[in-house]
This record gives sequence, structure tokens and C-alpha cells, in this order.
Amino acid sequence: MLTLTCPCCGVAAEETELHAGGEAHLKRFGPGSSDAEFEGYLFARKNPRGVHFERWRHAYGCGKWFLAARCTATLQVFATYSAQTPYPPAEVVAAIRAARPDWQPDWTETPTTPAESPNA
Amino acid sequence: MPAPKPSTFTGRYSVFAIAREAMRLHTGWKRAWASPEPRKKYQIVIVGAGGHGLATAYYLGRNFGITDIAVIEKGWLGGGNTGRNTTIIRSNYLQDPSAAIYNKALQLYENLSQDLNYNIMFSPRGLLMLAQTEHEVRGYKRTAYANQLQGVATEWISPKRIKDMLPIINIEGPRYPVLGGLYQERGGTARHDAVAWGYARACSAMGMHIIQNCEVTGIETANGQVAAVNTARGRIECDKLALVVAGHSSVLAEMAGFRLPIESLALQALVSEPIKPCCDLVIMANTVHGYLSQSDKGEMVIGGGTDGFNNYTQRGSWHHVEETVRALVETFPMLSRLKMLRQWGGIVDMTGDRSPILSATPVGNIFVNCGWGTGGFKAIPGSGWAMAELIAKGQPGPLAAEFGLNRFAEGRFIDESVAAGVAH
Repeated sequence: MLTLTCPCCGVAAEETELHAGGEAHLKRFGPGSSDAEFEGYLFARKNPRGVHFERWRHAYGCGKWFLAARCTATLQVFATYSAQTPYPPAEVVAAIRAARPDWQPDWTETPTTPAESPNA
Repeated sequence: MPAPKPSTFTGRYSVFAIAREAMRLHTGWKRAWASPEPRKKYQIVIVGAGGHGLATAYYLGRNFGITDIAVIEKGWLGGGNTGRNTTIIRSNYLQDPSAAIYNKALQLYENLSQDLNYNIMFSPRGLLMLAQTEHEVRGYKRTAYANQLQGVATEWISPKRIKDMLPIINIEGPRYPVLGGLYQERGGTARHDAVAWGYARACSAMGMHIIQNCEVTGIETANGQVAAVNTARGRIECDKLALVVAGHSSVLAEMAGFRLPIESLALQALVSEPIKPCCDLVIMANTVHGYLSQSDKGEMVIGGGTDGFNNYTQRGSWHHVEETVRALVETFPMLSRLKMLRQWGGIVDMTGDRSPILSATPVGNIFVNCGWGTGGFKAIPGSGWAMAELIAKGQPGPLAAEFGLNRFAEGRFIDESVAAGVAH
């Protein structure tokens, strides 16, 4: 059974204790955005075969949302981390690189204040 | 073991062919389809030799006379979801576009053995969707009325009639009482492998190439149009490309440079030891995510629910099997004595509205047929029929028109998840 350690309460939770919330780090496009941006935000998903960043909620535990880096081809979990991050932090990237040396991040990090973070 | 002889198509299967081969101790049967080396160029390349891909190729040849087609497949023919489903065929959908394409598929299934000259063992034994909550009672009555308007023969039936039709059922509950059911007399099952094999044989006989063990590694585009696919067996140019790869649609779309509104999830099924005939209906219990039918071999074939997280492993989570079986055992107490023989998973491509995508894409002359989610097998002939028209004409016909990618931008969902009342 898939086991994720909740970074909010520290419990190693089995998947029956958790609720999957889909792709993480989506950038929200709202009023004023183009139709294509808004459609992409609402519907288009990377759905990769490999490293996937995703949202989870510790539904039958502390109730908090958190993020996980996981491989969809092997179910290996690389890291779980705070939902209050606009991009996967450096230690998560390092943990993925340790297991998947060929893997490349597909985002370009731009400095954001916490208030601009999509998951804040 | 000697290498297999080059395969050749040897005419129709018939009682006379069986008699002829019996006379010579069955030494004359040839392979049902050829395995040629890929050419450098085809008019149309279809990625994915499952039911939908092969049906698309078949109807391109049959309805439009196009046979310069290669169907390329990463693994073996029909080895993905075509070989992993619970073989249920029905067309009792709520929304009009769904009813149209699934009912087209059902009608084609009815004559498919004759059409393909290959016995797909279509068994219209009747299909019953159990209503086990008040919500489902209202939902299925609404569906029955909608089906009447659509010309799809279904009816709402009482618990007593269900008990008469299916003596092994426990309609009393208490946790999951049977309050009635949506019955489609013409629904049923077919032999899933035979559907893929029959289409493959017919495609091969028309001169199309079916190329197995040929993984696509990249898609080349030029000036916004598809140019070629790079595969494990070399570069293949094409005028038009169709991606018909179910759970791996997002992976192929990424190679072509666009994203799809799809997430890939694991869906599981399991099958029991064979027993004497006891269940001559297909039963669907959507409240508990349990689907049940008895195969021709006597095994109880059981389908479960999907996991909630993205997954490409073809393995599902164990607790879903447990939940499905636990609930089915209450409704069918005799199942509790059965041993389960096998359990497996397939990767299903889920869209937000639980309806498929048959569409042109942002890249010119690339078409997608995906998003069938947990219900693809029943749709195979209708899907191939509609997809062939889309590819041949470049424009969707009436069956595919509502299933374009643009429905997401325009908010024209074909919302079957709401219709079924479950995340099916």
C-alpha cells in the first residue's frame, strides 16, 4: 500500500488515510487571463509517466494538504513537502536526482513572495 | 523450434474450412494476420493496436477505401486495456452524444462476427444496473426516460423481477438493498481478445501493416504538421497520425508538444475459479463499484473501482479489491465461498467529464482517440467508425462532433460522471 509521510504532522500515512488531489504547482489563471491560459489551468494536465508532483490531503489524520514527489511508473515516493511552495524545493529536486539522474526539472524558477505562491 | 512461416491470409473461416483442415489434421491453418517489416512511409499511422486503434484502421479501409495504413504497437496486439477489461457491452447512457456513439457500437457488435468473419462470441445476455440508493433510483429512472427518447431500449424494473431473473441475488440488504434496476436486454459481453484479433485479421487482409513490439519514441513535426514518428524499428513518415493509446495518451501528446485534459489511473478486475452457470446477466452495482458477470468458462468476472492517484504501473491498490468484494458478497452471498484466481490492473485515461475525446489536435493532421476511461471496450466499433470518419475527412462526423477537445474550452461537457452518480 502506498505510504506517504505527512509533512504537517509527521505521520507515515497509508493511502486509505489520504485523499489524492491531482497535479501540484498549477499556476492559477483567473479574470484577465487568455482563454487558452484559463483552459490550461482548469483542464490540461502533464500526467507524466515518471516523476509527478501532486497534491494530497491527510484526510483521516491532521486534515492538512501537502505535496508529494512520486514516480507514476514505479510508485516510488521521492519526498513529501509543504504545500506552501511555488516550486519543488531544492532538497526535493536533489532526492529525485539521486534516484533518477537523467531527470530534468521542467520549470524555470522565478522569485516569488509567499503571497504570490499558487498554493499559499 | 522452426521459425514461423511467413503468414498469408487464407480465405474465409467457415464450416467448410474446418472440415477441410480436419481432413489434413489441422496442418493448413495460417497465421491470422501478417507481421511485416515497416515501410518508410504510410498515408496514415495509427499508434496503438488495441481494439480502438484496430477498429479505426478497419473502418478506414471498409468505409473509406484507405488501406495504406500502419498500426504500430509498443507491446503485443490487444495486450493493453483490450485484454484487461470485464468485456461489458451496453449503451444505456444519459447524455445524447454518449447514447449515439455507444449505441452505434452496440449495433455494430451485433453483426461484428459476420462482418469480420471472426467469432467474437458476442453474448447479448442482458445487462442490469442495480439501484441500491434512492439517488440511484432517481438517476436510473431518468436514464430510462432519456433512453426512450434516444431510441435505446432500456427499462426500469422492480426488485421482484430482478430476484426472478437472478436467484442468487440478495435484495434485502440491509446495507445495500436492491431498490430496482435499469435493464438493457440487448446488453451483454463479448470475447475481448477476439475483438482485437478479428479486427487485426481483417485489417491485415486489406493489406494494412500491423507492427508489434514497435514503441514510439518521438513524433516529428514540421510547420505545425506531423511529419513522421520515430519508433524502436526506425523512422516512419506519415501524412496523418492517430494516437489511440488509452492510458498513455498524455505521454504521446507530450511527444507531439501538447497537453490533454487526461489523468491516467489504475482500474482493477479479478476473476474467480470456474463454477456451474448461476448468473446469466451482466450485473453492475455502481454504488459499490462492483461489476459482475459469468464467463463462458464459468468464472465470475468482477470489476472494481479506480485508484485516486496517477499511476502507470498496471497494478492497483489492494484495498479497492477488498471494498469491491466485500460489498458484492453482501448482494451475492454465494460469492463468499469462491476462491479468486487472478487479479490485474489496467491504466485508464480519465477526462474530467468522464467522456471520451475524438478530436483533431493543436498539431496539424494529428488526431486523438482517448479518454474512454473505464468504459472503452463497449465502444470499440463505434469509436473506430467515428474515428475513421474524422481521420479520412479531417472533420468529425455526427458521432464524433460533440467529443472534440474544444468542448473543454467552450464548457460543453458531456457529463456522464454526474449522470452515473459515481466516479466511474
